[in-house]
Amino acid sequence: MKAKDIAELMDEPACSHNKKEKSGCAKPKPGATAGGCAFDGAQIALLPIADVAHIVHGPIACAGSSWDNRGTRSSGATLYRIGMTTDLTEQDVIMGRGEKRLFHSIKQAIDDYQPPAVFVYNTCVPALTGDDVDAVCKAAQERWGVPVVPVDCAGFYGTKNLGNRIAGEAMVRHVIGTREPQPVDAALRPAGMRIHDVNLIGEYNIAGEFWYVLPLLDELGIRVLCTLSGDARFHEVQTMHRAEVNMMVCSKAMLNVARKLEEGYGTPWFEGSFYGITDTSQALRDFARLIDDADLTARTEALIEREEQRIRTQLEPWRQRLQGKRVLLYTGGVKSWSVISALQDLGMNVVATGTNKSTEEDKARIRELMGDDVKMQEDGSPRGLLNTVAEYQADILIAGGRNMYTALKARVPFLDINQEREFAYAGYGGMLELVRQLALTMESPVWEQVRRPAPWQTARSAQGELLTAKTA
Amino acid sequence: MSETVTQLVKKRSKALSVAPLKTSQTIGGALAVLGVAGAIPLMHGSQGCTAFAKVFFVRHFREPVPLQTTAMDQVSSVMGADGNIVEALRVMSEKSSPALIGLVTTGLAETQGADILRAVKEFRDKFPQYDHVRVMAVNTPDFSGSFESGFAIAVKGLLQTLVPAAGQGHSRVGLRRKQVNVLCGGNLTPTDLEFIEESIESFGLRPLLIPDLSRSLDGHLADEPFSPLTTGGVSVDDIASAGDSIATLVVGESLHSAGDWLQQHTGVPLFKFGHLLGLEAVDDWFMALAQISGAEVPAKWQRQRSQLQDAMLDTHFMIGMARIAIASDPDMLSGFVRLLQGMGAEIVAAVVPAMGAAVKTLHNVPLQVGDLEDLEQSAAEHKAQILLTNSHGVESAERLGVPILRIGFPQYDLVGGFQRCWSGYRASSQALFDLANLVLSQHHELAPHISPYAQKTDEAYRQLQSAR
Repeated sequence: MKAKDIAELMDEPACSHNKKEKSGCAKPKPGATAGGCAFDGAQIALLPIADVAHIVHGPIACAGSSWDNRGTRSSGATLYRIGMTTDLTEQDVIMGRGEKRLFHSIKQAIDDYQPPAVFVYNTCVPALTGDDVDAVCKAAQERWGVPVVPVDCAGFYGTKNLGNRIAGEAMVRHVIGTREPQPVDAALRPAGMRIHDVNLIGEYNIAGEFWYVLPLLDELGIRVLCTLSGDARFHEVQTMHRAEVNMMVCSKAMLNVARKLEEGYGTPWFEGSFYGITDTSQALRDFARLIDDADLTARTEALIEREEQRIRTQLEPWRQRLQGKRVLLYTGGVKSWSVISALQDLGMNVVATGTNKSTEEDKARIRELMGDDVKMQEDGSPRGLLNTVAEYQADILIAGGRNMYTALKARVPFLDINQEREFAYAGYGGMLELVRQLALTMESPVWEQVRRPAPWQTARSAQGELLTAKTA
Repeated sequence: MSETVTQLVKKRSKALSVAPLKTSQTIGGALAVLGVAGAIPLMHGSQGCTAFAKVFFVRHFREPVPLQTTAMDQVSSVMGADGNIVEALRVMSEKSSPALIGLVTTGLAETQGADILRAVKEFRDKFPQYDHVRVMAVNTPDFSGSFESGFAIAVKGLLQTLVPAAGQGHSRVGLRRKQVNVLCGGNLTPTDLEFIEESIESFGLRPLLIPDLSRSLDGHLADEPFSPLTTGGVSVDDIASAGDSIATLVVGESLHSAGDWLQQHTGVPLFKFGHLLGLEAVDDWFMALAQISGAEVPAKWQRQRSQLQDAMLDTHFMIGMARIAIASDPDMLSGFVRLLQGMGAEIVAAVVPAMGAAVKTLHNVPLQVGDLEDLEQSAAEHKAQILLTNSHGVESAERLGVPILRIGFPQYDLVGGFQRCWSGYRASSQALFDLANLVLSQHHELAPHISPYAQKTDEAYRQLQSAR
């Protein structure tokens, strides 16, 4: 990828990080950087497209340590769970055989798995040696009649965030708009009800959690053309340009997709989240608002009232257990406010929240939700997190999986909120799972046991005191 | 009959016992005898009683097991079979000169009204040439108690038969300055006993395990191809020296009464424990060893302790709130219930074959005296996620569609199950890992929602669609 193209992707006008230097994401700092690269971000963004053959073009480390590593679920096709890589060797690199190997790899994937499309992720080594991945993909597509999409996402281009955007760009440029949606079956149109088409961008169906939300959209007559990219299929992505509204779910990552669809097709979009009762209802209302169909609005309000009442009744006994508990929330960007709302719905008290990846806008929203005394935690280091836990007397740390052992080793209860988790928290139904997991760890009797010293240690100190008392 | 036989049993709620959980007292009594070196159990009953017991032991331990019978027949069952005892003791003494014969009774003999002590006295009077063969005789009918109580009765019988009272002869508390008695409950496996032994030795003490199955039924290959007697275990002479020890440790609530007797009889200080499973129970154990020896707890155990704490944290996500159904003898059941409750699990069904002292200390446990049918029904009713019981529970687990962790007797469908360690920090960690993995194997996935509007056309999706 040319420097110019990277700079252009960095300059995302719809992103509020992008105010001053048109550089968007901050530059990584050698010696003090955590988090993934552009390849990681691109792969994460697209891998959930379930029926595509995802080929990682590079030596083994890129795919080898990342394939089959996601909590995303599919309602059918499972090709995405099979890792594919060109696994470049020293000979390939020295002799310049990378392109040839890639060409044959694409053929092999098509022959063996008959995918509707192949995605090729370019990585650092072939980017450096100058493999022309675009040309190979083009040639392969012409030769075998299957769409082959290049995703030029070498790790050194930048951060994971940039990778997300590269992935979105690849979809906009090569996939979206290449096919028209299927017409809705007449039998599925209840009399007098209009069916509206929407997309969800940045929804990954972690642990299948979107299946708590999808039935509600069905009921409202909202057809999801595509979720980019949880439980998606290639031909769904192709039809995304026909949506009436796009929802950016819980993520700034593929903001460029929403913006370009707005520019190219005039599709309005909004940012929302399905975590918590308040936010789920708000997202449904926003759909109705932007679609602007009076009948839909009325039915949406009725559905929200029914669902909220049902879930609040079910949550009541849990609410009593969780009320007033103090939470340190440390998650990336948008989730910092979306999860706050879910926790506040439960009567929990978020005493601090991570804002490392949050924009000024996110921070404003956090203040709106939590008032000014909330601690904005920039320092995501284990030491920094633990200090805040102690200082603010947090009862639990809610964060991504890699912080789990930071918490456990410090004998602090923990809830995993990131993509590797095994539990579905979205929508109204997801709240029940969330409260169960919160109570499970916070009320666990293990904490008392792991904090208690061995009896012989206390006995020794007791004896020690006795001796001192005597000598005195 | 001795008092432990009758006092504890609660009435069952149904006439028929279906898929029995209970193993007989007689078998429990015989197993205790198998932990004495050069010994052989003698079952006073019909020959079938012994044949069944033998098959039971052989399938569980995968070892040949010495066991004899007084072979009561039609005539002696009616007319009196005390003569069979005398005859059996004579024949066994003559043929293989055991160090000890452990006479345990069956339901048949007790119903008939056998007077085993009189019969043993008759044998002694008639055959003084076999005075070197010690005979321990206890009442262990299968119509009361269970495996565990039978084992406990026999252990107490061994002590009462072999240990001289304080002040008798040369016996004196602390005469053997390093020796610590350990009364070992019937559910302890040979490897549990190895842990007990190793932990005591690490404090510079010498353990005297009574009985000691770690030397007889640990599944070792001996030099002699055949032996009519046990090939290892605690020696009769060593049991006799129990009054010289500095302390007695009792592992398993079912043996607490035997421990009380030994303390009163010899004056050796007593320390009582349940099953050595879980942080707190094992802490208590090492604390006692530190007190008795005056030595520091060795670094090795402290390391294993911190490993267990870590395992507890790692596994609490899976085991916390897990719904558990368990059926086992009271000691073992109580050990597991305490471990699991300490992890935040919920015990939704707990069945013991007969009451025991151990379960009386449990809280928040829906305890039943019953069988595996009771377990299965309660487990189904309360949606248990995991079953803990012996191999007979495998069928129940299959019907319930939940995984099973095999504990206790018998384990005939699992090689090596008989020697799995369930004692100490490390074994506790392993138990937690196994339980957590069983929960993970049952992870409940959210069912895919099939939207009528979805544009998905792939084969797998269509299949789901048509299945709805």
